Parts: sequence; structure tokens; C-alpha cells
Amino acid sequence: MDYVFHFGDIWAARDELIDGTLLTLRLSALAMILSLIVAIIGAFARTSGPRWLRGMVAAYVELIRNTPFLVQIFMIFFGLPTVGVRLDANTGALIAMVLNGSAYTIEIVRAGIESVSHGQTEAAYALGLGRFRTFRLVILPQALRAVVPPLGSQFILLMLNSSICSVISADELTAATQDIQSRTFRPFEAFIVATGIYLCLSLLFSGTFAAVERFAFGSPRERRG
Amino acid sequence: MRQLNAGDFEFLLLATRWTILLSLYAAIGGGIVGLAIALMRTSASAALRWIAIGYIRVFQGTPLLLQLFLVFFGGDMLGIPLGAWLSAILGFSLNAGAFLGEIWRGSIQAVPNGQIEAAKALGLHYAPRMLRVVLPQASRIAIPPTVGFLVNLIKSTSLAAIIGFVELTRAGQMLNNATFRPFVIFGIVSAIYFVLCWPLTVTSRRLERRLALSTRR
Repeated sequence: MDYVFHFGDIWAARDELIDGTLLTLRLSALAMILSLIVAIIGAFARTSGPRWLRGMVAAYVELIRNTPFLVQIFMIFFGLPTVGVRLDANTGALIAMVLNGSAYTIEIVRAGIESVSHGQTEAAYALGLGRFRTFRLVILPQALRAVVPPLGSQFILLMLNSSICSVISADELTAATQDIQSRTFRPFEAFIVATGIYLCLSLLFSGTFAAVERFAFGSPRERRG
Repeated sequence: MRQLNAGDFEFLLLATRWTILLSLYAAIGGGIVGLAIALMRTSASAALRWIAIGYIRVFQGTPLLLQLFLVFFGGDMLGIPLGAWLSAILGFSLNAGAFLGEIWRGSIQAVPNGQIEAAKALGLHYAPRMLRVVLPQASRIAIPPTVGFLVNLIKSTSLAAIIGFVELTRAGQMLNNATFRPFVIFGIVSAIYFVLCWPLTVTSRRLERRLALSTRR
């Protein structure tokens, strides 16, 4: 192999990489929070809504989970303007990420809700709590505690998937890297650096989720004692 | 700008063949890599175990799109231009290998230890022990999540569109550039993906339920 690595040009473009990384972080964090909110509402509708609503949520989940994210992005970014909704790339990316992420998150939260024993609901009713308050005060906290680990991996996937938003030129990390490589003609170096940054981000996220599980919910090991 | 016609629908169907073929090759390649990773991950040698752990961490902790770019441009760098088709097969295989390796590791470790001890006591060495005792039992546990993973694999082949390989998604994109009917075109594209993926999703779920019933004590 007579290839000489040359990272000078990439280092010169570090400000762009930092900006891209920050946008990737912001975009994913926002998408995570919004899709968790959508998922809690969706999972409530899926488990205790009227029959037609349950069916609709189930259909939504199946549709999103059995089609590629890239096609969903195209649908939103090219489709919505034809019906008069103007979007900039970053907003389009966020909408696509929330729509996609919430389908997976609904299933996770639903599994959490179903893992809470039925006696909890009966006890809450017996104490005179209504259906909504039972869900909010009794079921949801226990359900969320049970699903922190799968939620964490789902959110990391969401962050990694944000790289696909570069195709509609949302200016996150992958798009920034594309710019740099087309200017410097150093694609391999540019993408290896970006890949390294993503790896750090996913380690950072999994560390954060482990901390959340520990401090917000108390680790299972401590509770057992 | 021109109108959509029946020929365009045929164009999408023809492109679907490439999506299916790409998924098939990636599943085979990923299966080979995944088996190697799963065996390394469960081997007695700490060095092999750590290599497998590192491989899984890196491929599961970075975006698939960037892995594709690295294979695509890495081939050029080494002086072996792979082109979009080979890059896609290689990239998807390496990535699928990490996910299948992790799934199959779990299945291998789910085989009760007594089976392995009994095989050792019968004097079976590593290869016959794995082939005749452990893997047949592990494969029963592995099938439902493996089928589920195939759905992910089919969906992710859409990323080959970004490195310029004309499969279903790229074909839809090209049609959209010519006719600009995004809802119709990407609606049809989504429907085709759904028809490919949904039966696998349902099968995986059904197999999982059956396995859960048969292993319940």
C-alpha cells in the first residue's frame, strides 16, 4: 500500500466538524425527547384507547417499522412541499427522525406498560384514582424504569440514523464531512474522523443512559439489597 | 416534466430485484462474518473474545452510512476500486456480521453448560462439539431474532442508493427527479418494501411466540 495518510486538511476544517457534531447532538437529543413524548401518548392510546385508535397506532408502528428511514425522509422532504408545507432541511430531518423514532419507542414503552402487573392498576382504582391518573402516577413510572436499557439502545440508533439526514443536506456531522471531502479530496480521512466522532458520541450516550438508570431509577442491584 | 406511466412501475419492480439480490448477498456474507464473530466471542481465548467485542462495538456504535463510505473510498485508497455494487455487498456484510454475531453469541450462550460438559466428557473436541451439540441447539433459539434482523437488513440496503447503486430507493429517486410526484412514487416504493419486510416481521414474531411456549417450564 503506497497511500500516504494526510489529515492536515481535515484538521484545518475542524470548526465545521465541531459545528456538525453539535448539530447532530442537538438534532438527536431533540428527536429523542419528542419521540419519547409521542411514544408515551401513543403507547397509552395503544394499550387503553378505544379499539379504532389502538388499530391506528398499531398500523402506524407496522408501517414505519417495515419501510426504510431513507424513503421516509424522501417522502417528508419532497412530499410535504407539494402540498404547500415549506421545510428547511433541518426541520425536515427532525420531523423524519421523530416520526421514525416514535414508532420504535411506542413498542418499547408498550412492552414496559404490559410488564407492570395488573394488580397495580386494580390497587390504584381501589384507591379512587381515575384512569388517566393511574396511568401517569402508577403505571408509567414503573413502565419507564423497566425499559431504560432498550430505550437507551433505541436512542443511540436514532443518533446514528441521523447521519442519513445528510442526503437532504441537513448540516449535521455527515453532511459537514461530505463538504470537507469534496473540497479536500481526502474522503477516507474525512470519513474515518467522522466515524470516530460518532463512536465517541455513542459511547457518551450509553454512559449517559447508564447514569440515568442508576441515578433516576436506582440500579437494580441496589434495590435488591 | 413528464407524466407517470405503467413503464415507470415496471422500472421500480425491476429495481426491486436488485434490492432482493443485495439483501441476499449481504445476508450470506453477514452470516459468514457473524458466525466467525459469534464463535470468537464465545471462545476460550481472551484475545479472540476481545477482538470480537471490539468489532461489535465499532460496527454497532457507528452509522452504517459511514461504514459504506469507508468501504467505498477505502477500496479506492488501497488501489482496488470496488464500485458501488461490491462496496455495498462488503459494507452490508461487515455490518450485518456484527449484529448477527451478537444475536448468535446470545443463542450459543443460552445452550445449557451441562451440554458442553457432557460433550467434553464424551471426548468430543471443539469442532465436533460445536457442530454436533452446541450449534444445533443454539440455532433453534437463534432463528426468530435472525429473521427479525433480516427485516433491518432489507431496509438498510436502501442506503446503497446514497453511494449510487440503483436499487429500489435510487430508482424511486430517479423517477421523482423526472416526474416530481413524490407521494405517489415514494408511496409505491414504501409499499414494495412493506411487502418484502412485513411477512418476515410476522414470521419472526410467530416463531418467537412458539419458542417461548416450548421453552416455558
